Amino acid sequence: MNLAIHTQNLGRIYKIRGGKKTDPKELEALRDVNLEIGQGELFGLLGPNGAGKTTLIKILTTLLAPTSGQACITGFDVIKDPQKVRSRINMVSGGESSGYGLLTVRENLWMFSQFYGIPSKEANRRIKELLKVVGLEDRLNTKSSDLSTGLRQKMNIVRGFMTDPAVLFLDEPTLGLDVGASRDVRSFIRQWIDENHPLPDVPSGDASRGEGRGEGRTLLLTTHYMVEADELCDRVAIINEGRVLACDTPANLKRRLQQDVIFKMEVSPLNGLSADNFEGLPGVRKAIHAPKDGSAELDLILEKDDALGGVVNMMTSNDVHILNLQKREPTLEDVFVDLVGRSMEEVEAGEQ
Amino acid sequence: MNSEQSSATSEKWSVEKNTGLRFFLQTVIARAYPRIIGQQREKSWMFFDILLPMLAVSAYVFVYRAIDAPDEYVGFVVMGGAMTAFWMNVLWSMSSQLYWEKEMGNLSLYIMAPNSMMAILLGMALGGLVATTLRALAITILGGWLFKIPYEVTSFGQLFLVFMLAMVALYGMGMLFASLFLLLSREAWHLSNLAQEPVYLFSGFYFPIKSFNFWVAASASIIPLTLGLDAMRQLVFPSGAALGFLSVPLELGILSGLCVIFLTSAKLLLAHMEKLAIREGRLTESRR
Repeated sequence: MNLAIHTQNLGRIYKIRGGKKTDPKELEALRDVNLEIGQGELFGLLGPNGAGKTTLIKILTTLLAPTSGQACITGFDVIKDPQKVRSRINMVSGGESSGYGLLTVRENLWMFSQFYGIPSKEANRRIKELLKVVGLEDRLNTKSSDLSTGLRQKMNIVRGFMTDPAVLFLDEPTLGLDVGASRDVRSFIRQWIDENHPLPDVPSGDASRGEGRGEGRTLLLTTHYMVEADELCDRVAIINEGRVLACDTPANLKRRLQQDVIFKMEVSPLNGLSADNFEGLPGVRKAIHAPKDGSAELDLILEKDDALGGVVNMMTSNDVHILNLQKREPTLEDVFVDLVGRSMEEVEAGEQ
Repeated sequence: MNSEQSSATSEKWSVEKNTGLRFFLQTVIARAYPRIIGQQREKSWMFFDILLPMLAVSAYVFVYRAIDAPDEYVGFVVMGGAMTAFWMNVLWSMSSQLYWEKEMGNLSLYIMAPNSMMAILLGMALGGLVATTLRALAITILGGWLFKIPYEVTSFGQLFLVFMLAMVALYGMGMLFASLFLLLSREAWHLSNLAQEPVYLFSGFYFPIKSFNFWVAASASIIPLTLGLDAMRQLVFPSGAALGFLSVPLELGILSGLCVIFLTSAKLLLAHMEKLAIREGRLTESRR
């Protein structure tokens, strides 16, 4: 398999300056990250805010030097051959406000296309073509400052795709978008990979997504939306506190939990009970408690169905009422909980 | 999104990209474009960049007239007022520009693209120069008309040469500062603020630089506008030569030297600062 992205023991430590009298503190944003991403893959990096996703993307896009290890894009080292890497990549970040508000959509896109050496005529042709694809053709001559967040993000998406990069980095591309705009962006990304750029064989992959595919454009997507990663990606790496905890197809990741039974419960307030109390019961592997207004949500990963009896007994003896009970298939959220011990929301809340 | 359109996209996209000098110039023009076109779309510059500077110019004109200074001094003030536009442009739209680009999220896109960052800086300079020349011309013409200034150019060729060399050296200095300020955040804004007024004084915007003693004037000559303005005054006003600091040919020679020094230093410093910024992780906006 030809590798589009290859990292070896990649690490990055930030030095955070304190006051004049204090020594700078060190923050380890990435530790020993080893990734092999094949050409043509749509690869997802899934993790909470602060997990190290953006740091990894910055290193891969030559914007940040690693403090240890090595990273290569299509075989070129990001530190030794940055120019060769740059001519093969592009990046779109969620919520970015790049370009100039005084310029129209077409002018902004044309300007960025020139920084990649695309002849003007060809650039204008691609811009028109892609704007039509994302449904923005009627905004060609609108000043970018007059665009809504969703439309602006579509313009940014066009900016990333129009240079036809070998590797495209999408850093939280649906951040801050409404449901409709997010769906549009996701469908365009999937379509671009599926229709224009056939995928290669995916290592230890999901057969439905990986068989009989040739080389193509590669897309690395970072997200903290589980559904986005599940829906779009051929393979997903789950990252937390700078470390890659697991890397496989979404189906294989979820298969880790197939021996387990997963219940989602809506209950009355827990009256002093905590997730730890439930985790102490026999057969309960993980319990995640999320209080709500006047009720609570409890996600349970159990070894067997029988373990539910103990949970129900504990609730009854503490005067906790079950409002809703649902058995469901494992999701990437459950995989994350299984790996990290906390939900992504809890991890993000802890960071704050 | 339109699913019928996307399937055909990249099959037709196998086009030879520009390389070398062609690519470099393409980048320069593309980065200059927003500055030039922005001037057409945001007309408020006419008030802020022409009428407001005219107030300071008028104040000096009235002072000179009140003390019966030679008539040329009024012309010197108007010409100085016109040239302040370039200094303002270099300070606020060159030196501290990369800070704003960083905050807007453009800097990372510039660095990540395969273009040369020198081409980006040259584009910024070219765009700024073209847009500011229009403002400076407007101040010169408006001031000349309001205060009835007798412009008598002795050599258009030399005047053009002095102006161009002063501008290349000045914007070269702007590029040098932009590279230097690459690592800075909001301090870049404060440094620009700090440099604004002293240069008004030491470059002799409102009086001939010869009024200083030799060593002060010589030290101030490191700022390209000092000698550029002095030489232009000598070439535009009949008694300018008598009030000039150095001879025009000598000032032309020094300005040529400054062009080489500033442009070369900017190129070297930019490469160094870019590496440093990548190592320290200071190329992306602070919110991410």
